Amino acid sequence: MSTQILLLASEEAGLPIIPTLTEVIVGLIAFSLLFIVMKSKVVPRFEKAFADRTDAIQGGMERAEQAQQEAAVALKSYQDQLSDARGEAQKLREEARAQGAAIIEEMRTKAQEEANRITAAARASIEAERQQAVTSLMQEVGTIATNLASKIVGEALDDQVRQSRVVDRFLADLEGSK
Amino acid sequence: MLASGGFISPGSGDFVFKPVFGTSILFTKPVFQAVLAAILVAVFFLISSKKAAVVPSRAQFFGESVYSFVKKDLGEDIIGHEFMKFVPFLFTLFTFIIVNNIFGIVPFMQFPTMSRFGFPVALMIFTYVIYHYVGIRKHGLGKYLKDIAFVPGVPKWIYVILTPLEIATYFIIRPFTLAIRLFANMFAGHLLLLVFIMGGDYMLHNSMVLKIMSPLSFGFGIGLTFFEFFIECLQAYIFTLLTALYIAGAIADEH
Repeated sequence: MSTQILLLASEEAGLPIIPTLTEVIVGLIAFSLLFIVMKSKVVPRFEKAFADRTDAIQGGMERAEQAQQEAAVALKSYQDQLSDARGEAQKLREEARAQGAAIIEEMRTKAQEEANRITAAARASIEAERQQAVTSLMQEVGTIATNLASKIVGEALDDQVRQSRVVDRFLADLEGSK
Repeated sequence: MLASGGFISPGSGDFVFKPVFGTSILFTKPVFQAVLAAILVAVFFLISSKKAAVVPSRAQFFGESVYSFVKKDLGEDIIGHEFMKFVPFLFTLFTFIIVNNIFGIVPFMQFPTMSRFGFPVALMIFTYVIYHYVGIRKHGLGKYLKDIAFVPGVPKWIYVILTPLEIATYFIIRPFTLAIRLFANMFAGHLLLLVFIMGGDYMLHNSMVLKIMSPLSFGFGIGLTFFEFFIECLQAYIFTLLTALYIAGAIADEH
């Protein structure tokens, strides 16, 4: 029985090293179809995915680099502007200080001049007034003296009696004292 | 194969399948498996590559990993700068063979398609035609044959021995060994598994002593299944690697 089965089996099998034509053809066709699918669809898709990925990573890196460069440029320009502004402020401050000093100096000079001028004017006016006073005083003194003189002379002429009384009194005084 | 008598050792008969229907060999298990493998590989890679997204899904990542492995390790590293036009072929070879091989340990299939010699032969025909074709196209028929027959840089009298050897190598030995290697590995591996599993089964239905011993046989069978998985992957790799090497040799400037 067993030998029968064995015989049957080997008869059916033949030599396993002899390929069956049907299987070769099926293998050729199945592989060809699979190859067409792989070549036309799968490989291009994977390659596209790889390319996209490379692109994404590289593009990202390039963008980042660009952003960094832009940031650096911006920073530089801000720093430049800042230092410019600082310099300008410094310059302005110095200018202002100089201007202030100049203004103060000018004011001082002006004030001094004004003071001098006022003093001089005061002095002149005092002098003028004094002169005027002296002049008017002299005139008045003259007038008064003249008046007085004229009065004294008038009295003397009018009042002989009184004068003789004065003389008499004087004479009496002189006798009394002796 | 439940033996009432003595143990019938598995043999080449276990590699012959009756047609599922009809009488044609076209409707046998190995043929179905070969077609199924092609369909499975095509469907998986079509789905996994469909989106071709920059950030891959898990399936896309796996598909890409396999593709990158073939492209870099078997294409670029071996063929060199012209490798890209051979990548689809190498990729198809590798995936088709590995799936067919792994069918050898997939439950309910458990038959490596490539242990039917016809399939390795079919693949070998592609490799054979392609590497000669690219060699002839690159160097011209005359120079290509001359480079094969007369290896430069050896003393003249050596050609007496070397020329027949070289011609045999390029036109007979290479294709033959390429197909045989894959076939024989799968054939032997499957036979080995059959021996241990069927042996265990036979022992289980026999005397007490053998019943007790049978787990050992099953255990060995299971252990060998893992080993087979390794061999199946390795043979797919080797077939593709050798194909790449033959192509690289054919288009190289110096043989």
